[in-house]
Amino acid sequence: MADVALQPNRGAAQAARKRSSLHKMLKRKSTVAFLMTLPLILLIATLVIYPAFYALHLATLNKSMQRFVGLSNFEFLFRRETFWLVVKQSCIFAITAVVFKALLGFIIAHFVHNIPAKGQRKWRGMLLVPWVIPPAMSTLAWLWLFDPSYSAFNYTLSFFGIGPIPWTGDAMWARFSVILVNIWVGAPFFMIMYLAALKSVPEQLYEAAAIDGANWWQRIWYVTLPMMRNIIAITTLFSLIVTFANFDIVRILTAGGPLDHTHIFATWAFRIGIEGSDIPLGASVSLFMVPILAIAAIFILRDINKRGNEA
Amino acid sequence: MTTVTVDKAAPTRKVKYGSMSRDRAWALRWSYFFLVIFAIFSLTPPIYMLITSLKSSAEISAATNPWWVFHPTLENYVGLLTSNQFLRFFWNSAIVSIFVVTITMLISVPAAFALARMRFWGSATLATGVFLTYLIPETLLFIPLFKMFAVIGDWTGIQLINRWYVLLILYPTLTVPFCTWIMIGYFASIPKELDEAAVIDGASWLQTLTRIFIPVAFPGIIAATIFAFTVSWAQFLYPLVFTTSTDQLVMPVGIITSLIKGDVFNWGQIMTGALLGAAPPLIIYAFLMDYYIAGLTAGATKG
Repeated sequence: MADVALQPNRGAAQAARKRSSLHKMLKRKSTVAFLMTLPLILLIATLVIYPAFYALHLATLNKSMQRFVGLSNFEFLFRRETFWLVVKQSCIFAITAVVFKALLGFIIAHFVHNIPAKGQRKWRGMLLVPWVIPPAMSTLAWLWLFDPSYSAFNYTLSFFGIGPIPWTGDAMWARFSVILVNIWVGAPFFMIMYLAALKSVPEQLYEAAAIDGANWWQRIWYVTLPMMRNIIAITTLFSLIVTFANFDIVRILTAGGPLDHTHIFATWAFRIGIEGSDIPLGASVSLFMVPILAIAAIFILRDINKRGNEA
Repeated sequence: MTTVTVDKAAPTRKVKYGSMSRDRAWALRWSYFFLVIFAIFSLTPPIYMLITSLKSSAEISAATNPWWVFHPTLENYVGLLTSNQFLRFFWNSAIVSIFVVTITMLISVPAAFALARMRFWGSATLATGVFLTYLIPETLLFIPLFKMFAVIGDWTGIQLINRWYVLLILYPTLTVPFCTWIMIGYFASIPKELDEAAVIDGASWLQTLTRIFIPVAFPGIIAATIFAFTVSWAQFLYPLVFTTSTDQLVMPVGIITSLIKGDVFNWGQIMTGALLGAAPPLIIYAFLMDYYIAGLTAGATKG
């Protein structure tokens, strides 16, 4: 029976051997795998890696892109006050927004986790709405809420005797508004990640802590945080990258104004490179995002690899 | 003596239980209190969009209570939905998103399968590389890409800038890495016995993928599809840089550049447009919330 079953197979193998070697190669596992990943490799190589190096090349050209000028674009930037303003603002923007997003997300996740499981879905659904709306669309709503003459916030605050606040008109308030909108968009992401992490903490650990007489603060500090450490690290680093590279919110809300006091790297690079059509200088500006992105990426990768090894 | 201790101990324990459940009740009340505050914070902008979209421009400029509609009207909706320009934006957005989702899935599903199951030279490095690519933001690449497409236009005469289909080339750089990454996670979680059984039955690699992996990992595919759709629907920077003519624009850029004319803000229409632009992701989210959240958390929890 086995011989009969094997016979046709052997015949097929012999027939296959006679076929061209190309056909055999096409059937090999590594070839199939390579062909399956080829579109991905091509996409990444031509539209991500090549442009990244092309940016380096562009940054060394003069404005008309005909002459190699070495590092003088960077020298020019270092001499400009606006550049240092942008560096400062990018850092303030990213760090403040990420810290508050993480804190708010953590707090909200706890509250959602506290209430009976039946109602959690509904609350989670409502609280995630800011993340679902395209940021460009929701920032328009914020722009309207912050409108200099029709601001709905100022209308409400006037009942408490708080004078009209120049939400986007004054440098400090504009920075505050931009960060506020970013927190509004980003906090739900943290909430959902932390909620998933909270659910994975075994209940027994809390029971053990309660028996040992731990109060709620000690329970968070010694049980919740260590168990969520990895998720917190990855989410924070990931959000740091996204926030640092943010464009939509600042562009729509203030377009960098008043007087460049809310510009961050991405919006300033757009202003110079596309609107001011000085592509080399714009490329140089956007390249300044690389160091912080690289540092965050290295840490994320380390965490991901660690998790891979644990599993 | 013993009875006394028991008597003493019993009430204290009871009181402690009572206080604990009272603590719980208060904790619950505080939780609801803060959740309501956070929900108001979360929902104020979208609700305000809705309120403003129902107002006529006369009512908006009269500066009555901004939180209330005194004379609800649908004129903004009628105005936008009968405007060819706006319908064009919506159509462009829909076409771009549908194509991008298709391209993304065609590229990332086979690649994820190969990376998850068919170990080959460099496959681990490539998987890490895919994840790293996902971390590269579009704000880093838009200037060199713009110049690249301009150069291609000069050399070959293929005009890509200011054509909506340039977005079909650009958006996959944002969607493919993440979708591949989460599909690797989903595929890796499928038991090895399943595809071994398929191979023993004489299935080719392609058949293993289409007959076993795609059906089993279908939730993952839905999550990836939703992700690709929402990203391509919401993308703002690339269309702003690469398209300028009004007939080539997609929703987010179209609303901002065409409805805001100089200093004249027609807020009723802008809010209506923003709400209609936010509607497709919101509708998908409302019906497929669990898949949406699965896709959101998969990036960090799988890996």
